[in-house]
Amino acid sequence: MSQLLNSSFTPTTPSLRRQCHSLTPRKSTQIQAKIREIFMPALSSTMTEGKIVSWIKSEGDKLSKGESVVVVESDKADMDVETFYDGYLAAIMVEEGGVAAVGSAIALLAETEVEIAQAVSKAKDQGSVSPAAPSQELPVEPKVPDSAPVAAVAKAAEALTASTHPASEGGKRVVASPYAKKLAKELNVDLSGVVGSGPMGRVVAKDVEAAVVASAVAVAEPVMPVTSAPGVESGSVVPFTTMQGAVSRNMVESLGVPTFRVGYTITTDALDALYKKIKSKGVTMTALLAKATALALAKHPVVNSSCRDGKSFTYNSNINVAVAVAIDGGLITPVLQNADKVDIYSLSRKWKELVDKARAKQLQPHEYSTGTFTLSNLGMFGVDRFDAILPPGTGAIMAVGASEPAVVATKDGRIGMKTQMQVNVTADHRVIYGADLAQFLQTLAKIIEDPKDLTF
Amino acid sequence: MNSAISLSLSSASPITVRSYDGAASSSSSSDLFFRNNSAPSQLRFCGLKREAFSGCKSSSNAVLLKQLRQNTKISASLSGNGTPSKGFDYDLVIIGAGVGGHGAALHAVEKGLKTAIIEGDVVGGTCVNRGCVPSKALLAVSGRMRELQNEHHMKSFGLQVAAAGYDRQGVADHAENLATKIRNNLTNSLKSLGVDILAGVGTVVGPQKVKYGKVGGSETVITAKDIIIATGSVPFVPKGVEVDGKTVITSDHALKLETVPEWIVIVGSGYIGLEFSDVYTALGSEVTFVEALDQLMPGFDPEIGKLAQRVLINPRKIDYHTGVFATKITPAKDGKPVTIELIDAKTKEPKDTLEVDAALIATGRAPFTQGLGLENVNVETQRGFIPVDERMRVIDSKGELVPHLYCIGDANGKMMLAHAASAQGISVVEQVSGKDHVLNHLSIPAACFTHPEISMVGLTEPQAREKAEKEGFEIGIAKTSFKANTKALAENEGEGIAKLIYRPDNGEILGVHIFGMHAADLIHEASNAIALGTRVQDIKYAVHAHPTLSEVIDELFKSAKVKNDVSCAVAEPIAV
Repeated sequence: MSQLLNSSFTPTTPSLRRQCHSLTPRKSTQIQAKIREIFMPALSSTMTEGKIVSWIKSEGDKLSKGESVVVVESDKADMDVETFYDGYLAAIMVEEGGVAAVGSAIALLAETEVEIAQAVSKAKDQGSVSPAAPSQELPVEPKVPDSAPVAAVAKAAEALTASTHPASEGGKRVVASPYAKKLAKELNVDLSGVVGSGPMGRVVAKDVEAAVVASAVAVAEPVMPVTSAPGVESGSVVPFTTMQGAVSRNMVESLGVPTFRVGYTITTDALDALYKKIKSKGVTMTALLAKATALALAKHPVVNSSCRDGKSFTYNSNINVAVAVAIDGGLITPVLQNADKVDIYSLSRKWKELVDKARAKQLQPHEYSTGTFTLSNLGMFGVDRFDAILPPGTGAIMAVGASEPAVVATKDGRIGMKTQMQVNVTADHRVIYGADLAQFLQTLAKIIEDPKDLTF
Repeated sequence: MNSAISLSLSSASPITVRSYDGAASSSSSSDLFFRNNSAPSQLRFCGLKREAFSGCKSSSNAVLLKQLRQNTKISASLSGNGTPSKGFDYDLVIIGAGVGGHGAALHAVEKGLKTAIIEGDVVGGTCVNRGCVPSKALLAVSGRMRELQNEHHMKSFGLQVAAAGYDRQGVADHAENLATKIRNNLTNSLKSLGVDILAGVGTVVGPQKVKYGKVGGSETVITAKDIIIATGSVPFVPKGVEVDGKTVITSDHALKLETVPEWIVIVGSGYIGLEFSDVYTALGSEVTFVEALDQLMPGFDPEIGKLAQRVLINPRKIDYHTGVFATKITPAKDGKPVTIELIDAKTKEPKDTLEVDAALIATGRAPFTQGLGLENVNVETQRGFIPVDERMRVIDSKGELVPHLYCIGDANGKMMLAHAASAQGISVVEQVSGKDHVLNHLSIPAACFTHPEISMVGLTEPQAREKAEKEGFEIGIAKTSFKANTKALAENEGEGIAKLIYRPDNGEILGVHIFGMHAADLIHEASNAIALGTRVQDIKYAVHAHPTLSEVIDELFKSAKVKNDVSCAVAEPIAV
C-alpha cells in the first residue's frame, strides 16, 4: 500500500473516486520534490496493474490541477485520471498500450518548464531499470535498426537476396501486408531485409516470423538425425524452405562475430540424484539444466548480455533461457522466460507446454524469439562434446554433452567413479571475456554439483 | 419548450409504437425489413395508436398510454387496398420498392389509400438485396468465426475447440438465402395487402402523373393523387476508380463473397467499410483502410471512435492510411496486382502506391435519381439528391414546393438509413391522409454491426457542445462500462462503453452512444426515450431485469446528474 500513498492521481469518475479516496490520501508525501512521479493509481480495490489506454496530454504539456491526463484501463473500466498538481508533463515512462503495476511510476511531472529536461533524464535512468515499463505493442523508442538482433540478420539478408516484388523498386520500397507490418513492429524486425514469400514477393506474416525464428535459432549443429531421410531423392537439388533460408543467412551472419569457446567438466551425481527424486513430480532434466544455468547467469550478468552495435554492452533485464529443439524440417528455440525466478516445477510445466506447442507449430513469436542465452543439448544422442555457433543478437550459447560415468582421481588420492558431463560455451568476445566465462562455468558447476538451490 | 413540442409530434408517428411480432419487432431497428414476417392483420393496431396520439401536445406518456388503452377496445377492422379518389388511378404511387417504399405502402393501405408501388429491379431494394440484410448474414458468420478462433476467449470459458474453418460458398449461400427469404417476405406482405406491384422503371411525366414500363418495352401512364419517390441509392464510386467487379469491387459485389482476398484495401472507414473489415479479417484476410479524413470512423462520436479503433482495428490484421485520397485504382490484370495511388488529402502530393489483391470501394452511396423525369416538374437535383423540406415535400428549382410529390430515403439524402426511409414514408402517408407530421430525425438510431457492435442516436459530443454553446445551455456527459456488467462478464465480453449526453438543467437526452456487445439492440431504450420526450430523471426509475446487458443503459441513466430534479411524468396513476 505504501506505493499507493504517493499517487498524485485520482480517477475522475465519481463512483470510483469515492472508492479511491479511502485508498489514496490526497496529500503527496513528496511535497518537496520539484519533479513528481506520477503513479499508476488503484482504480478499484482489486486492481493490481493498469494498462495505459491513452495519454490525453503529451510530453511538455502544461497541466493544471484537476485536469485529465491519462486514460487507464483497470480490471473494471477505463478511467480518466486527473492530476492533483499544476506543472508540466515532463516525461511519459509507460507508453500507450503499456502495462504498469499499481503504484509504479508512469510519468514525471515537473513543476516548472526548466525542470523538464532534468525530469527527462531521470525518466531515462529509471526507464532502463524499471521493470514496470514493459510495453508490449509499442516499443518506447523505435530502435536504431542495427541494434535489433533480427535487423542485423535482415541487413545481411538484403545483400544476399534481391526482393522480387515488382513494386519494391529494387528494394527501395517494402511491400508488406498489414499483419506483417504489425508483427515486424512488435518483434523489432526491419522489413527492408525480409524476403517476401507472398503473392508478387510481398512480405507476409510468416516471413517475419521466419526471420525471427532464424535469428533465434541460428545454432550450428544440425540436430536432425542425418540418416538418409525418407522422401529425399539422391542427386536432386532441393531449394531451402523459408526457415532453412533464414538459418542459412544467420549462419553466414555469425561469421561477423568474434567468438571463442571455453569448456568445463561438471560432475552430475548430485543432479542425477535430485532428478530421480523429483522426476515423479514432472520435473525434466532440461528444466533442471535451464534453471541451473539461469541461476549462474544471475550471478554473472555479463554472460547474459549481448553486443548489438559493436560499441556497447546490452545488459538484458530478464534471464530468458532458450533451448534448441529439433522439429520436423528444422530447429526452433522455445524460451523459458525468467528462468532464474520461476520455480522448477512451473518451469518444467512451461517447458512441456512449449515443446507441445513447438511440435504443433503453434509457438508465438515471443515464445521463441526472446532468448538471452541459449542451451543446446545433444547428450541424448551420446555426443560427449561439441561446439555451437552463436545465434546473432545474443552473447553466449552453451553446448551440453552426455552425462557419462568416468573414472576419476579424487583429492584424497583415491580413484573413484563419477558421472560427468562436458559443457562448452561459445561467446562473443566483444562483451564476454575468458575470465567471465570461466567464473560463470565455475558457478554453474557449483550449482549443479550441489543442486539444493534448484528446488528452492 | 420548442423541442418538447417537436418531440411529442414525432411521438405521434406510428413508427414508435407499431407492433409486429417476429424477431426484430421494432421498426426502428436498423434491419427494418424483418417486420414483413408479421401477418398483416396486426396492422390494425397501428391505426389505433395513431388515433391515440392525435391531437396530443403533451409530452406526458401517462396520458398517451391511457388514451391508448381506451382506444384499443374499439378495434377497427381493415382489409385490402382502398378505392382511389375520383379521377385518379391511385391515391398513392410509390416509385421504388425498397424498405422506404415498402414501409410507406403498408402504412398507406392501413390508411385506406389505394396504393401502387413501381419497381424496376427487385423488391426489397438495396437493404434487402445488396445491403443490410446479406451483410448481417456475413457478419453473423464472422462473429462466430472470430469467437471460435479466439483461443484465449474459448479457454476462459473452459471450452476446447479444434481449429475453426469455413467454406466460402457456404457462407455466400447463407447471405444469398437470407436475402431471398426476406425479399419473398416483403413481396408477400405487399401482395397480401393488395398493393399493386408494377414492374418497370417509373418516371414522373407531369404533376400527379407517372409512367412505368420495361426499358425498350411498352409504357403505361397512370395518375395518382400523391407520388412518393423512393428510388434509393447505389454505391458511390469516385472518379479514377475502375470497378471490374472481381478485384476492384463495391459492396454489391463484396456481399456475394465470390473471393476472400489475402489482402484487401477498403477505401472509406464508415459503417460499410468497418463492417466489411470485420467480415474479411474474420475470414482470414488482411485489410488496409484508406480514409480521406484525418481519423478513422469519422462519423462516430470521437470517444467511441477511439475505443472502437482500439478494439476493432489495432489488434486485428488491419493497417490504415488516413488523410489520403485514392486517386487511381486499377484492377488486377496480366499478372499485375491491384494498384492504388494515394495522394495527400491536403497538399494533393503523391503519397504512396499500394499493390494489393483486391480493393473494396466503400466511400458512401450516391442517390439513384437519374431517369426519374424530374425535369418534367422543374426539379433539379443537388449532387444527385432530390431537395425536400422537413416534411419530405419535393422542392423545385425555384425553391417552391411541388404539390403532391414527395421524396423519401437515400434519394433525399437526409439520413441514409433503411429505417429512416421507412419512417419518412410513414410520415408522408400521415400527411397525405390529412394529418400534419414532422419526423424527428434525432430520434432515429443507427448501428454498425461489427463485433462488438456500435450504435448511436441523437447528437455526438462535439455536435452537442456546439448546440449548447449556440443556445446557451450546459451539457452533461455520463459513461458506463460493460466491464462492470454481470451479463457482459458472463459472456466474457467486457469490452465496451455507453455514453450519454444530456442537459443537466432539464434532463433532456441529447445523444446516446454505445460500443459493446449487442449495442445495436440496446440503443432503442434511448431512441424511444428521445422520440417520446422522456427525461433522464424519469427513465432512471424504469426497472431492468437482472442480469442483462440493458443494465448498462440503466446505470447510464442513473449516473446522470440532473440539477433540477423535476419529474414531468405521470399526471395521474394508471391501472395496470
